[in-house]
Amino acid sequence: MDLHKISETCGWQDLTEGMQIYQGGTSAQFPTGEWTAVKPEFIEADCTQCLLCVPVCPDSAIPVKDKKRGDFDYKHCKGCGICVNACHAGAIKMEGVK
Amino acid sequence: MGKRDRLSGNEAVAIAMRQINPDVMPAFPITPSTEIPQYFSSFVANGQVDTEFIPVESEHSAMSAAIGAEAAGARTLTATSSCGMALMWEELYVAASNRLPIAMALVNRALSGPININCDHSDSMGARDAGWIQIYAENNQEAYDNFIQAYPIAENAKVRLPIMICQDGFITSHAVENIELLDDGDVRAFVGDYNPQHYLLNKQETMAVGPYAVSSYYMEAKKQHANAMAEVKQVALDVAKEFAKISGREYGLFEEYRLDDADFALVIIGSAAGTAKDAVDALREKGVKAGLLKIRLFRPFPAEEIAQALAHVKAVAIMDRAESLSSQGGPLGAEVMAALYRARSQALAVNYIYGLGGRDVRVDQIEDVFGQLEKDAAAGQIADAYRYLGLRA
Repeated sequence: MDLHKISETCGWQDLTEGMQIYQGGTSAQFPTGEWTAVKPEFIEADCTQCLLCVPVCPDSAIPVKDKKRGDFDYKHCKGCGICVNACHAGAIKMEGVK
Repeated sequence: MGKRDRLSGNEAVAIAMRQINPDVMPAFPITPSTEIPQYFSSFVANGQVDTEFIPVESEHSAMSAAIGAEAAGARTLTATSSCGMALMWEELYVAASNRLPIAMALVNRALSGPININCDHSDSMGARDAGWIQIYAENNQEAYDNFIQAYPIAENAKVRLPIMICQDGFITSHAVENIELLDDGDVRAFVGDYNPQHYLLNKQETMAVGPYAVSSYYMEAKKQHANAMAEVKQVALDVAKEFAKISGREYGLFEEYRLDDADFALVIIGSAAGTAKDAVDALREKGVKAGLLKIRLFRPFPAEEIAQALAHVKAVAIMDRAESLSSQGGPLGAEVMAALYRARSQALAVNYIYGLGGRDVRVDQIEDVFGQLEKDAAAGQIADAYRYLGLRA
């Protein structure tokens, strides 16, 4: 299935049955990071690399490479702030979240 | 060869379900449909079916589980009535918009309130805009036959929509009548295996069901759904033709009873059609050209065909076993009148509300309806197009 055939300009006949999506991982194509005005900030110097923040992120917006997390994927981070609470090292700061 | 038996409508539908041998049945009991999952769970316990029976905690859960199972690729059915279906309301639309061909045995019962457990059509009529196919039965044989035809209609590649097979609560569901059952093997072969093109448990293809449709997609999704619904009429006729080959019983979009030369006609749904046929016969004996049109397929609504079948009548009474409280009449009345108007019919039309909450309807009452139609036709006009039948005043 070519998802690019589905767009806001295609007619109803060209949509999939019941709007189903026959492909995995398509949420990567949607920049849900646009939804928020506030973003968490990653303070690498304070990070212990415990990785507790990674699984709690509902948008998989914390990339991990070689067992170490990197800076946020701001294209997909919706700014929910859950990671701020998960971090015991104070390495994630966000306006309005303690 | 078929087997002659005597069964209630509930037992007949439960046997149809056993013969179909579905993959999953989530169900929650509610009068008067309780017997259907009750009989069926005994088939499960006896090892007569391979079905996963899920005794859920509510009808909301029953339809939710049905949606999940059907999306996973399992042939799924359930049964309910009245407030049970009302609790499924949200999920009815989800099942239909996701194009999941779930089959539901609906045993029609009045909606509360006032609370009442007896027959009328307010439950399914209330759900008429949910995007489900709706087929109605006059008796246990039709309920059984319609259920066997349910999946071949619903699962057709042009359709892929959920289907409600309706029968009248208690009157049909609990009354024991003669019936001819088909052989298990014939039913299995007729219904066939379920092989959906896309399903969640397919290891070869990942998929998502029910994505969010923003404003720029929602209308197109509805049009696509409406288009699938428009395909149902022909598919239902094709399936009926195949069904006649194994059963000898013929079905259409509706049944015409002594209608072809009728001056006065009744349009009716469900078990009261049997009573009305007796009234038609009695009037024909007296020389009155009475006839009847019994709706089988209500969703989609075969408007052009109904208007065509009524083209020659002088006056028609449209019988609603549901109030829509619009101050104009019931849902069937509105749809048949719209069909007649679109066809530029000259027939006088009147809408009767009858049989609510299980109120009995008698042959002499239907004869009175025809008598009134004759008077209306003689007067050349209908002064009050919204009437009650059998109401104390």
